Amino acid sequence: MTNVIETRGLVKRYGDLTAVDHVDITVPQGTFFGLLGPNGAGKTTTLEMIEGIREPDEGEARIFGEPVWPRNRALLPRIGVQLQASAFFERLTVDEQLRCFAELYGMPRSRIDTMIELVGLQEKRKVRTEDLSGGQKQRLSIACSLINDPEIVFLDEPTAALDPQARRNLWDVLRAINAEGRTVVLTTHYMDEAEILCDQIAIIDHGTILTTDTPRNLITGLGAAYRILLSEGAVAEADARQLPGVESTTIDNGTLALTTHDPSPVLTALAERDALQGLQVTSATLEDVFLTLTGREYRA
Amino acid sequence: MNGFVALARAQWKGFWRDKQNWFWLMAFPLMFLVLFGFLFRDAGVSKSTLTEIGSVAVIDQLPAEARSQFDNLFEVTKTTDPAKALEEVRKGDVDAAVEQRGNEVILHYSQADQVKAATVRGTLGAFVDGANVAASGKPPAFTLNATAVEDESLKPIQFIAPGLLGWAVAMGAVFNAAMPFVNWRTNKLLRRIRLAPVRTEALVASRLLVSIAVAFVQMGVFLAVGVGLFDLRLTGSWWMAVPLLLCATLAFMAIGLIAGAISKTAEAASGIANVIIMPMAFLSGSFIPLDQAPGWLQTVSKFLPLGQLNQGLLDTMVRGDGPGAALVPMAALLGFALVFGLIAARVFRWED
Repeated sequence: MTNVIETRGLVKRYGDLTAVDHVDITVPQGTFFGLLGPNGAGKTTTLEMIEGIREPDEGEARIFGEPVWPRNRALLPRIGVQLQASAFFERLTVDEQLRCFAELYGMPRSRIDTMIELVGLQEKRKVRTEDLSGGQKQRLSIACSLINDPEIVFLDEPTAALDPQARRNLWDVLRAINAEGRTVVLTTHYMDEAEILCDQIAIIDHGTILTTDTPRNLITGLGAAYRILLSEGAVAEADARQLPGVESTTIDNGTLALTTHDPSPVLTALAERDALQGLQVTSATLEDVFLTLTGREYRA
Repeated sequence: MNGFVALARAQWKGFWRDKQNWFWLMAFPLMFLVLFGFLFRDAGVSKSTLTEIGSVAVIDQLPAEARSQFDNLFEVTKTTDPAKALEEVRKGDVDAAVEQRGNEVILHYSQADQVKAATVRGTLGAFVDGANVAASGKPPAFTLNATAVEDESLKPIQFIAPGLLGWAVAMGAVFNAAMPFVNWRTNKLLRRIRLAPVRTEALVASRLLVSIAVAFVQMGVFLAVGVGLFDLRLTGSWWMAVPLLLCATLAFMAIGLIAGAISKTAEAASGIANVIIMPMAFLSGSFIPLDQAPGWLQTVSKFLPLGQLNQGLLDTMVRGDGPGAALVPMAALLGFALVFGLIAARVFRWED
């Protein structure tokens, strides 16, 4: 697989602060790539340098092997960048916004219909963007970033400030985009979103990439324990502690929790005692990986 | 080319859908035109008021032609109460009172308004002299024939309309350049456009096209209202206003681009634009005719782009000068456009 994005030693400094500190990223073609990090970790700055809208102090970003800085007009039709959901012309309707962007790229009119359908804004074609809801604006901004049929799509926190329905709706759209063979690069701080959507995740903090891997490998790599939750009284706590593999037990609010690194024998033993009613197993999530790597202290 | 057309169309639609633009760039200057138009409509024919005590033969027996001239200059009321008439003059309710005893014509005036008093004295004196000449039965030895240097149609509206049009167009071009670029930096539309394969020139040119078109619409509306409502009379080479406004839009758009580049918010940009435009409009004779202004002000106005624009508009649209009168203002405006344009190109920012 060829790498469509490659950065070498990207550095960006703002005064004394090094916002991005020697970042190397490679993204293979067709990947759904997630860039995760706490606020102020350098996600957006890194993304902007890759998109070619911010000049790196050191290093270089290349897309399709071509340098992105200074503004490379030959590259622009091949990439799509979703910006915050307000980057529209004032007082134009959904149709008119898309028409303007389509013409900027020399795309045919039919492309507008395709985009409207993709993001489900058929009902809103004649509505001015100022009158759209937050989720509809977000979807329109994605339609605008896809209008030129790009090979790589960059999305900066596309589901921020959306309600759960709108988020799931947008996930479907993003999956569909990726399924068409496009490379998608996404920043987010929703861990569930990254876990569900991304093939590859890079976790960034203090301007440095801490780790890059698939979500599954990141979670298993954490070596975190499983927690098995039962209602209190399904088995006696003293019995439970004796089961093979159980490391500790606690009772909290009528729930008996067993901790183990090896859930199979524990579950088998519980099944033999017919104690599976209402049972829940929780494992580590990407959120645990994230918090382990970036620390738990609150950052304003 | 595709990009240029698309950008121009999007901005044109967005412009006219904004009610604020309709108000500030059309209705607001027109309000001034209507206001000044009514205010100054009768400015040239201010009559003096005169009270006639008893019968005044010199006035009452004027031949018909002289009498109608007299009535153009004086508004006469008759009374038989001398005390009341004098009291009115003292209070300033009437400019003068006149009575005749035998061959003596007595004029009562107040020293409180000496200009008015002198006018009344001089005018009435002329009629008395005329009556003396007529009474002598000889033709007058000399006659005075006074004519104004301006065309007779040069009413105040002629001076007001071009100045206000210049102001409206300057305001339109400055705001039209300053506001969008500030807003587009804030909402990242500028970044979005920069991510499309569009030339920067296409973006600036599309904005310029919209501004020029707006200026011509303003001109059309102004002329329609001026000619239709206030009897504005255009002189031969009024069409030179078209290239003048074109050059002016270039200059003022460059000023607007600078204002937009140095402002972080739309409020700041609008403030800067106002601070530039309003004093310049006063100093350039948009609100007060410069012919009556002190000499230093006339000199200052020559160094202001709006002063040059107003001068050119006045000369070609109402003073009856030939097309050549617009050439110097046009050259000056292009000079301003070049200087401010170079500064604008230096300070222009895509991002905050």
